[in-house]
Amino acid sequence: MGGWAIAVHGGAGVDPNLPNERQEEAKQLLTRCLNLGISALRSSLSAIDVVELVVRELESDPLFNSGRGSALTEKGTVEMEASIMDGPGRRCGAVSGITTVKNPVSLARLVVEMVDNDFFITEDNIGMLKLAKEANSILFDYRIPTSGLESCAAVVEKPIQMNGLPISVYAPETVGCVVVDSQGRCAAATSTGGLMNKMVGRIGDSPLIGAGTYACDLCGVSCTGEGEAIIRGTLARDVAALMEYKELSLQEAVDYVIKRRLDDGKAGLIAVSSKGEVAYGFNSVGMFRGCATEDGFMEVGIWE
Amino acid sequence: MGWAIALHGGAGDIPRSMPPERREPREAALHHCLQIGVDAIKAGRSPLDVVELVVRELEDNPHFNAGKGSVLTSNGTVEMEACIMDGNRKKCGAVSGISTVKNAISVARLVMEKTPHIYLGFDGAEAFAREQGMETVDSSHFITPENIERLKQAKTANRVQSNRTVGCVVVDGYGNLAAATSTGGLVNKMVGRIGDTPIIGAGTYANSLCAVSATGKGEAIIRATVARDVAALMEYKGLSLKDAATYVIEECTPERTAGLIAVSATGEVTMPFNTVGMFRACATEDGDSEVAIWHDEPCD
Repeated sequence: MGGWAIAVHGGAGVDPNLPNERQEEAKQLLTRCLNLGISALRSSLSAIDVVELVVRELESDPLFNSGRGSALTEKGTVEMEASIMDGPGRRCGAVSGITTVKNPVSLARLVVEMVDNDFFITEDNIGMLKLAKEANSILFDYRIPTSGLESCAAVVEKPIQMNGLPISVYAPETVGCVVVDSQGRCAAATSTGGLMNKMVGRIGDSPLIGAGTYACDLCGVSCTGEGEAIIRGTLARDVAALMEYKELSLQEAVDYVIKRRLDDGKAGLIAVSSKGEVAYGFNSVGMFRGCATEDGFMEVGIWE
Repeated sequence: MGWAIALHGGAGDIPRSMPPERREPREAALHHCLQIGVDAIKAGRSPLDVVELVVRELEDNPHFNAGKGSVLTSNGTVEMEACIMDGNRKKCGAVSGISTVKNAISVARLVMEKTPHIYLGFDGAEAFAREQGMETVDSSHFITPENIERLKQAKTANRVQSNRTVGCVVVDGYGNLAAATSTGGLVNKMVGRIGDTPIIGAGTYANSLCAVSATGKGEAIIRATVARDVAALMEYKGLSLKDAATYVIEECTPERTAGLIAVSATGEVTMPFNTVGMFRACATEDGDSEVAIWHDEPCD
């Protein structure tokens, strides 16, 4: 036990008709991100730095639904959201409604740092921030990829639905990363473009601490799937609460939450514990994920 | 068993030296809102209806930091947020960045009932409220001289300050639970800042065991996932409502940062806080009722 561990995800709920090339591309991206995280861990970067770094990579690649490649609102615009949490001290930051900032997860990280800024002299630190106007926006670099559209044209007898949309259109591929570094510190980060065709202003689970993201002394968790189900189930917090209050192990807590806290919802999550364990679980059809631990274990997968 | 209701007008450094002309209207408001809630329960209204009704009343009262009387952002504007949750099916609704709708809690309820989503913010929330035909007013309606003064002081001292959120929790005689919370947020907050109130599991939560509404310093409440943890302690550790609530306030949040009100499916009520005071009131079917501000006026 002990040692570092890392897990990444690119969303729960995968179209079973997803063309092979896309499956391969996804696995390559996950592998690349894992390796990025692993070298950072070997260079002794702290857990929170590693999760930010890896999620930036996932945001910058148009393959999944975050940053470049985000899903569109009902008006055809983009509204991204992200959150990040540092286990020690449970410092956290989140943003929503982001339209021009290249890396929402880094903006969320800035919110965490602002907490210690003298501007806020009282202890009442900011847990979540929504920038309504990104006046000082960072370089805009967004293009809508067209490669995702071919699977939308496929006609399926009874298409698998998530959140009321056929899975080929649903675009559930929120991204996330959880890490425990060699000092046993856990961190988690999640980023997304949100629900395809969502109402303008809709906020999902990804920027909500306790729902899509959570980290404390015991573990780090990042969730993906049907946002509303994740919020109602306070999924990320519950993994930690089960470890804390019911003394379940990481895997037991993950299994419990997926089995019992989702009702009719479909979702998945990745988690690491301060002891260097890694775990994931999902009740959806597939979840893009990858994980690795210091003792050499490494795995990338999509299906069960 | 039996119904129970609790409501709050915020936890914080409420000075005991508060002059009567400031204390009395707030106490009167608590009595009044408690009565409205009790009457509604007795008339057979559902817990969801009752919490919304009571919070609307608190929002309309200028003495609390919600609706009229909301504190101001650093730009001198109002950005209100609210959240409502139905314990039965854990359905919930939340809004942030409301600036012209008279009752943010009612917008939250409509989000829950009329959209496939849980949480809408800012322009999207305002547009939705208008589409639904909700009553809107000019944002100046919400601004009071007291809050203009508070903002001035906060800017001079270069800081942000927490102030009184409102909330209500109810259980009916059948064990159905609901919770609602509403606020103007922090004095001198950055435009766009969202606090704990609209975050399910932080400021508001209800399931089949209990209903909780928290108040105090937003970040502390978010970090400690206060409202969810009360329920989780009951569920995962088998604690009673009172023990779970006390544990969360005493062990999970730093001194002087939080308070909460909670009711259980079996009709219990508890209102712990670790701040100097918390404006609060509660009543149960067996006739107990209490309105209080500081610690030496316990209600449970």
